[in-house]
Amino acid sequence: MSYPDVVVIGGGVVGAATARAFSRYQVDVVLLEKEPDLPWGTTRANSGIVHSGHYDRPGTAKARLCVRGNRLLRRLAAELNVPYRQNGSLTVAFTPEEAAKLSEWYARGRANGVPRLRLISGRTAARLEPNLAKEVLRALHAPTAGVVSPYELALALVENAVTNGVELRLESPVEGLRPAGKRLEVATPGESYFARLVVNAAGLGAEGVARMVGDETVALRPRRGEEYLLDKVYGSLVTRTIFPTAAGYSKGILVIPTAEGNLMLGPTDVPDSGFEDLFTTAEGYAAIAAATRRLVPSLPGPEAVIASFAGLRATSATGDFVIGPSPTCPQLIHAAGIDSPGLTAAPAIAEEILFHAQAAGLKLQKKREWRRGRPAPVRFRELDDKARAALAAADPAYRHVVCRCELVTEAEIVEAVRQGARTLDGVKLRTRAGMGRCQGGFCTTKVMAILARELDLPYTALTKRGLGSEIVVEDLARRGGEGR
Amino acid sequence: MIPLLSVDVAVIGAGPAGLAAATAARQAGAERVAVFERLGEPGGILPQCIHNGFGLHVFQEELTGPEYAERFVVQAREAGVEFWLNSMVLSLSAERRLSVMSPQGLVHVEAARVVLAMGCRERTGPNILLGGARPAGVFTAGTAQRLVNVEGYLPGREVVIVGSGDIGLIMARRLTLEGARVKAVVELLPYPGGLARNVRQCLEDFGIPLRLAHATLSVEGRRRVSGVVIAPLDETGRPVLSRAEQIPCDTVLLSVGLIPENELSRQAGLELDPRTGGAAVDERGETSIPGIFACGNVLQVHDLVDYVTAEASAVGRWAGSSQASGSRELALVPGGNARYVVPQRLSAGLVPPFTISTRVQRPAGASVVRLGGVVIARRAVVRPAEMIRVDVKPGDWTKVLAEVGSEGCLRLEVEEERP
Repeated sequence: MSYPDVVVIGGGVVGAATARAFSRYQVDVVLLEKEPDLPWGTTRANSGIVHSGHYDRPGTAKARLCVRGNRLLRRLAAELNVPYRQNGSLTVAFTPEEAAKLSEWYARGRANGVPRLRLISGRTAARLEPNLAKEVLRALHAPTAGVVSPYELALALVENAVTNGVELRLESPVEGLRPAGKRLEVATPGESYFARLVVNAAGLGAEGVARMVGDETVALRPRRGEEYLLDKVYGSLVTRTIFPTAAGYSKGILVIPTAEGNLMLGPTDVPDSGFEDLFTTAEGYAAIAAATRRLVPSLPGPEAVIASFAGLRATSATGDFVIGPSPTCPQLIHAAGIDSPGLTAAPAIAEEILFHAQAAGLKLQKKREWRRGRPAPVRFRELDDKARAALAAADPAYRHVVCRCELVTEAEIVEAVRQGARTLDGVKLRTRAGMGRCQGGFCTTKVMAILARELDLPYTALTKRGLGSEIVVEDLARRGGEGR
Repeated sequence: MIPLLSVDVAVIGAGPAGLAAATAARQAGAERVAVFERLGEPGGILPQCIHNGFGLHVFQEELTGPEYAERFVVQAREAGVEFWLNSMVLSLSAERRLSVMSPQGLVHVEAARVVLAMGCRERTGPNILLGGARPAGVFTAGTAQRLVNVEGYLPGREVVIVGSGDIGLIMARRLTLEGARVKAVVELLPYPGGLARNVRQCLEDFGIPLRLAHATLSVEGRRRVSGVVIAPLDETGRPVLSRAEQIPCDTVLLSVGLIPENELSRQAGLELDPRTGGAAVDERGETSIPGIFACGNVLQVHDLVDYVTAEASAVGRWAGSSQASGSRELALVPGGNARYVVPQRLSAGLVPPFTISTRVQRPAGASVVRLGGVVIARRAVVRPAEMIRVDVKPGDWTKVLAEVGSEGCLRLEVEEERP
């Protein structure tokens, strides 16, 4: 049993940003994550786009928090040394009807307070992006749009929050919420927490959390999206994120230059998906290939695809974010129904949660000492020969390149384990080992050897992503019998 | 200060190609020949290939992979080749300067000649748009081979192999011998991807079903693989969904092709042939950048290691000699059933014999190989899995030159003979 001031449920980017925001104040905060590592849900399978904010209707929570989040996130990425690029975005129109829609979005963007938004001709767009389809009539250029590594952002937020005193509890799924006097009891398999305030940032689990207090205002309708990542060789075909003039709920199928220098194509948008529908399909790829080639005709074919994945948007039935205290339980504050532009909005959502926390009576006094920044992790692949030589001279672990595609050294993997990586995926998200063109074909066994050594575990206990995802089933050397 | 090393020939990769090329370069007179290998031991992929069948052409005996590698390691050491193990080449420039991360730290190398022998990597699930979930238990066949033969672990007990490349076939047998149950090898094409002898010895002898002309629709499972869904293809090549079947398993191996590892070649800026995925070379194995050569699987994916050795020895000899570059005025392009041709450039003044390699696009019966209209070889049967290597004889070469002149474009055709 423990009595923290705040429990944040969910280690995705919203929970992470919220925990980090609280960490600035003199309150005890516990961050609960059901998985053995983070971020493994919607944040992980995310496009990584920092939206400018012209898409959502003025007056919605999405419109308000996206524009503010865009500004906050730029600063946050710098403070926490997270890969971020303000590459801008182009939303392109092929027909007069689409061009009219762009004018509407332009006006909407102005109303939402998006800075430096401009409508440009097809010719100007072609000058900005020479590989764009020649048929583009007009485009909406949003210079404040960017891209960020979504999982590195969440990891950095949590790391910084922990540095500032937040307690991170992994493998802690919430099994029940019960009012206990002025506090709310949060039951997990290992422990019960009696908190003054609980933040529901449980992503796809947010509906279930709300129901634990009889609250039916959070209704989620997951929407599945597939994404396909291309070899870095094609990373410079476009500089800006290219959007079509989409007519449906989502922003359409895009060409996204990632913060790490790949191109990503997607996402599809499948309404009313199941809560566990994390699969890719031939139809999904076909739709993405057709849609993106219309935007950028010189995109390569499937041979350039090095990774594919599906994610689930935690879309709310209302179509807008659900932020604020639960009507049935004032100690529970929702940050639910977070789909696009949720990544962009996350730091602004965190601000708003703090506001609600104060409104609910929590006193927020700044800590005298608070570390705003996170030291930049070493990224060997980004260094020049001189810097690489210096690292190698100081530490032999930098002389061993483990992941040949992304140039990740043993030293970086050991550091990732020190930061909490316990699985192949944990190492991958922190270092990019296994994220390149061979998808771990060469480095999987090497990373396993380092994990086994650092964690003092047998190979048979190593997993891809936690219990039940073991990589090998038997140690052949331990077999009995003749000839062994 | 980063130390600078000067060598006559820098060989990148100590697999079968690099070992043979380095040895030949020394024997051809190059003084200082250094091989840079990122792994801790030489031999490339051979140390994990503990099955036999290597060396039938080169030694006229059947060796295992480690045995075959050992012979060339000994030869190379005796020839005075300098080995840099655990040494990864981080960059290569057109001026033949290399940055190498070695156990001694970072070193710069300037080389009069460079031989590219980086080998290839396996195609992955995403490369073939393999659908479904992404649970643990999906391995490329080569990674599984390393787990079993080098690390000593069984990757799974119920296995489906997607693709019928040689490593997949070899692993079907290997896993069966270790007590796993290989439930099927599923191949998209109507014919196997690997050698006929491997289909016989690794599948048929063990009663493992080979499902030709079947698409793998999806991998299932949340944390670990629980099955795959496959479906037969109709005449138009589309999966017949009404006949889809689910095969329960805990492991999926992928053996769906190999890709030459030309990342350093791209850095150097040399011309690549999209048909092979390797460098465009002349009859000596020299690339579009003078002084940079390529051989082995980084140049073209081979079917037999013996042919890698033969090719690399020839290229290593040229790289180790002090002869000027070829004139490369003839372009060589594939035609008919030929999918690609290596070399892609020829020098009109070359002195035969020289070797041309190609592969066909589809299986066919008795076929002729024509160079510039001149028949240079015949084969009783041709298969996509098998390389066709032809040593062009001086007499034939004279005829070819008479036919096309000493400039322009030459066609290498493989065509089925009409009965």
